Amino acid sequence: MTRFLLPLAAFIVLVGFLAVGLNLKPREVPSPLIGKPAPVFQSQLLHEPERMLASQDNLGKVWLLNVWASWCVSCREEHPLLVELAKSGIVPIYGLNYKDKRDLALQWLSQYGDPYTVSVVDPEGRIGIDYGVYGVPETYVIDKNGVIRHKQIGPVTIESLEKKILPLIKELQG
Amino acid sequence: MIPELGNFALILALLLAITQGTLPIIGAARGIPSWIALARPVVQGQFVFLAIAFGCLAYSFVNNDFSVMNVARNSNSELPIQYRIAASWGSHEGSLLLWVFMLSAWSVAVSVFSRHLPDEMVARVLGVMGLVSVGFILFLLVTSNPFDRLLPAAFEGSDLNPLLQDPGMVIHPPMLYMGYVGFSVAFAFAIAALLSGEMDAAWARWSRPWTTVAWVFLTIGIMLGSWWAYYELGWGGWWFWDPVENASFLPWLVGTALVHSLAVTEKRGSFKSWTVLLAICAFSLSLLGTFLVRSGVLTSVHAFATDPARGVFILAFLVIVIGSSLLLFAWRAPKVGLGGKFDLVSRESMLLANNLLLMVAAGSVLLGTLYPLIMDSLDLGKISVGPPYFEAVFVPLMTPAIFLMGLGPLARWKQASLPELMLRLRWAFGVSVVTALLMPFIMGEWKPLVSFGLLLAFWVIATIFVSIRQRLNNSGQGGLFTKLARQSRSYYSMHLAHFGIAVFIIGVTLVNGYETEKDVRMEIGSTVEMGGYTFRFNGASPVSGPNYQAMRGDIEVLRNGEKIRVMQPEKRTYNASGMAMTEPAIDTGFLRDLYVALGEPLEDGAWVVRVYHKPFVDWIWFGCLLMAFGGILAVTDRRYRLKVHTKHVETATVADDKRVASNPRLSTGGKKA
Amino acid sequence: MSLDLRNTCNGKQLILLLIFVLLSPLNWAKEAMPVAEDPVLERRMIALSEDLRCLVCQNESLAGSRADFANDLRREIREQMQANKSDKEIVDFLVARYGDFVLYRPPVKPATYLLWAGPFVFLLTGAGILFFYLKRRRKQIEEPPLTEEQHRHAEALLKEDKGNNA
Repeated sequence: MTRFLLPLAAFIVLVGFLAVGLNLKPREVPSPLIGKPAPVFQSQLLHEPERMLASQDNLGKVWLLNVWASWCVSCREEHPLLVELAKSGIVPIYGLNYKDKRDLALQWLSQYGDPYTVSVVDPEGRIGIDYGVYGVPETYVIDKNGVIRHKQIGPVTIESLEKKILPLIKELQG
Repeated sequence: MIPELGNFALILALLLAITQGTLPIIGAARGIPSWIALARPVVQGQFVFLAIAFGCLAYSFVNNDFSVMNVARNSNSELPIQYRIAASWGSHEGSLLLWVFMLSAWSVAVSVFSRHLPDEMVARVLGVMGLVSVGFILFLLVTSNPFDRLLPAAFEGSDLNPLLQDPGMVIHPPMLYMGYVGFSVAFAFAIAALLSGEMDAAWARWSRPWTTVAWVFLTIGIMLGSWWAYYELGWGGWWFWDPVENASFLPWLVGTALVHSLAVTEKRGSFKSWTVLLAICAFSLSLLGTFLVRSGVLTSVHAFATDPARGVFILAFLVIVIGSSLLLFAWRAPKVGLGGKFDLVSRESMLLANNLLLMVAAGSVLLGTLYPLIMDSLDLGKISVGPPYFEAVFVPLMTPAIFLMGLGPLARWKQASLPELMLRLRWAFGVSVVTALLMPFIMGEWKPLVSFGLLLAFWVIATIFVSIRQRLNNSGQGGLFTKLARQSRSYYSMHLAHFGIAVFIIGVTLVNGYETEKDVRMEIGSTVEMGGYTFRFNGASPVSGPNYQAMRGDIEVLRNGEKIRVMQPEKRTYNASGMAMTEPAIDTGFLRDLYVALGEPLEDGAWVVRVYHKPFVDWIWFGCLLMAFGGILAVTDRRYRLKVHTKHVETATVADDKRVASNPRLSTGGKKA
Repeated sequence: MSLDLRNTCNGKQLILLLIFVLLSPLNWAKEAMPVAEDPVLERRMIALSEDLRCLVCQNESLAGSRADFANDLRREIREQMQANKSDKEIVDFLVARYGDFVLYRPPVKPATYLLWAGPFVFLLTGAGILFFYLKRRRKQIEEPPLTEEQHRHAEALLKEDKGNNA
């Protein structure tokens, strides 16, 4: 008689997975770059196109790389938090201005505030591809040795900042 | 006022559904005739209230009542009337209301066309359908009320997704849902049989036409969806193995197995518990599809806006409905008899083997669809399972199934002889191999996969001929046409559906093998050649639609220097949402489609244009239509009509005792004796 | 291609075509240029990107998607192909950045063994069960089935009669 219970058993297993699945975020793709050296880039600064920033210049400090664009709606959501974080001076935030127009980007920063130590431009999204960027905003935590330690997909929230990003920065800085 | 009326009607329908789901079932178990008799009127009442609710929603859409959240989010005052009506099922809430409404329509159909069934049986069947209805109406009222107000009202609606503004939207979801929901009838019959413990050939005979009709709707629904994707998504694909497509394909595969298994149960009394399990599975997979589309556990092009609360509700509902039916199955199925005896080589075994292959195919599609979810929930990383996987798995599984499809109809019930079958089919096999090897040369280039696909198709066609010839030889005296007319519709229906599969395979094989595509920059007056046709671009000009602005290309198609038609693909921008849409122009033909889509504008009036030549692509959908026609032919078979007829005669003579008089088991017994 | 030749090289049609060309001033029949600079490479790029998933889209391949992100990745693939990278190198490049998620054909590794073997495990177990079930079933059925059916018919009818009288 037990064989007649098999369909039920299979169904129970299935329900288990579906129940767990309800709490997952299928659209968030974890980055395989975590724990790997951050891809090296060298690019123009947004404010001073004649100057360049190389990612190696940041070796020896913990820093955030925030991918943003003036056309990105959810960037506005996280922006006040970033401005506040920058004011606190806990960690330098570098901006990666992703596939944007310079004048629009500058206008956006003057309107909403500029939390970035500097922003570098990535007009064709090539640096973005190296970092595995697939949606804006994204934020990377990079340690003193230039290794990516965390990637925040989507806007930074108070919760993600307090639970994950800030403790991690403290640990990496200490 | 009208939305509140709809809401109120929905609540009344819930009350009736609760009555329908409880009293008749209890009545049937305890033998209380008045409770049993409640089933039919309650079903009809529920239908009326759901029709009112649905009418109220449609009314709100038609009259642009943007104080209803659902309308404000999914419609717009510029939207043409037919799309405003279709928008009533364009959202999660509305589509669910359509689902429940169709469930009640099926229930009414059962209550009307079941006069020849024992009343207890009808009471149980309608009761089970009532319970399903309770779950869905509750789901609507609790988590997804389509009549929720938006206060203050929006000044303008945010528009129906432009992808959905298409005649396909008007007809595809209703067809598909009729199919999904239709399997609830087969399910209800199965549960009723398990509840009563009476499971005989008559049970299979009752539930068979219902299952076939549901299967026909599902077939047409899937076909329309595929065709819609082909002309609307703008790059000419027709099946993407998207989770939501798979969610509709799974019940189809299981439903197809069920249709075949029911045939054996009806004719030979075998596979009863297997048939019941299939009926439960087919509907369970319909429900699972609902869960997948609406809970957000999988990403899909078609998914509705999702909400975890809804996911939890549907999952709980799934557990109750499917869990309890499988439990009931485990409890009652062991007592079901085995039915007629048959050999390892017999039509029964072949049908069972085909069932197995269909179920393995369904299992594999389910596995592929859910595997990303499984890996993610075990924290093993995220993967995607896409077309390459499904194609790699599906084709090898379907190959033996197609082979058996040719063999089965020729094999005898109970006991068949393999050598004899081989002898009878050697010509069919030889002819199909030779044609399959030669055909690709006519298309211009020999490709092994094309030959292989064609072999399967020609095998099916050749065996159909052999089967009909053999049948006619055994049909006694008379000319060819008298003999042809003597065969039952259900016999032809089987061959028609199988022929549809062959046509479908030919379409898939040839379009995959010989499709050509060009992505070109077309200046005004420039031409491009493809498949023997010349396309000349005469520029694009702006046009205004009812709710969009568009650039309409003007492309002349010439064959041998003669103009055969003008194709006008469009690039639209919808006013309300600002969304851009590509509307390709298609010249449909028996042997090929010409498919032209506008890409991006270039300088001096030039455009990027994509031109496709798709040989035999329409055979894909035509094949599906033939399968559906096969199904329709099957339900119009004489023995279903005969029953109604005998019923009239007999009720006239034995007026009071309806139940015995119209009992089909009597007539079956009579015929056999 | 062979079809095109057959259709244009017919003598009578050629004359017709000539007349047509002479009569219509618009018909300078300039052949449209392919969008891609290198159609062969483009075909290779499309073939490869059909098996890759566009991450930002709900569920579309890189080849099918019109999203900006997909355009960028197609450009990247094209450039790498021009730089003589093999398909495998390009896929590895993408997997290193986006993970296995970009692959529509999941890699065969311990975590996906069940996925790839599943269908054939289903088939073999199913066929095995079916075979033994059919063998055992034949032994179980002793009496001729028709009488059994008739027997149950009679029973059912009796039961129903009782139901009616009650």
